[in-house]
Amino acid sequence: MTVKEFAAQYGLTAVAMPDGERDITGAYIGDLLSWVMGRAGSGDAWVTIMSNQNIVAVATLADVACIILAEDVQPDEGVAALAQQKGINLLCCSRSAYEIALSLQNAL
Amino acid sequence: MSEGLSFHFDVDGEDFTSAGQASVQVKKDLRRLGLDPETIRRVSIAMYEGEINMVIHAGGGHAEVRVEEDAIYIILEDKGPGIADIEQAMQAGFSTAPDTIRSLGFGAGMGLPNMKRYTDDMDIQSTVGVGTRITMRVDLPR
Repeated sequence: MTVKEFAAQYGLTAVAMPDGERDITGAYIGDLLSWVMGRAGSGDAWVTIMSNQNIVAVATLADVACIILAEDVQPDEGVAALAQQKGINLLCCSRSAYEIALSLQNAL
Repeated sequence: MSEGLSFHFDVDGEDFTSAGQASVQVKKDLRRLGLDPETIRRVSIAMYEGEINMVIHAGGGHAEVRVEEDAIYIILEDKGPGIADIEQAMQAGFSTAPDTIRSLGFGAGMGLPNMKRYTDDMDIQSTVGVGTRITMRVDLPR
C-alpha cells in the first residue's frame, strides 16, 4: 500500500507528503535514532515520538517510506518544511504506536 | 566506476539539528555513481554516526569519503577532546553525551558500535587533548 493510501484509509494527517506514491513494505517502531538507523529497513513506515529535525536525516539515510509521529506529537518548527524539501513523507496521528502498528498490520 | 574519487566535507559543530548534511550528501553522490543500495546505506549510516559524534563531542571536524576500486574509505578527523579509553567507548551503551543530546534521541552509546557494525574495518587513532581520526572501510561487493 502506498503512503498516500495508508494515510487516507487510516485517517493520518500528512504534514509533508512529497512522495505519496512510495510503497510501505514493512514497519519499525523506535525513538533512539542510532538504533532506528541501524535496524529500520528500506520501505518501512517508521513510527516514533521524536519530533526534531534529526528524524528527517535518519529517515533519509535508513530510506524508510514515511515517518509517522504517534500520540499527537507534532513536528518541531521547520521539520515539516525540511521533510518536504528532502522528499520524506511525514504523517501525524493521535493514536499510540501500538494502535498504528495494528493498522499497518492490516494494511500490509 | 571512477577510481580514486573523493568527497570532502566540513562538519559544522555549532548546529546539532542540522547534523547529517554531509552524510545525506554522500548518499546522493554515491547513488549518482551507481553503487548498490546496501553499500550506500552502510557508508551513509556509518558516516552519519561519525558526524553526530563530531558535533556532540568535538565541535565539528572534517570528513573525507574516498571511492576506490574495491572499497569505500571514510576518514573522519576532529580536534576535539580525544577518547581516553577506546575499548570502553566501543562498548554498546557506553556514552558521555549530555542529557540535552539524549533528549534528542542520540547519545545512547550506539554510535561507535554502529560504525563498526556497518563497516568492514574501523581504525581509531585518538590522543586526549589533541583529537581523533577514524578510518572506516566498506568493501564493494564483487
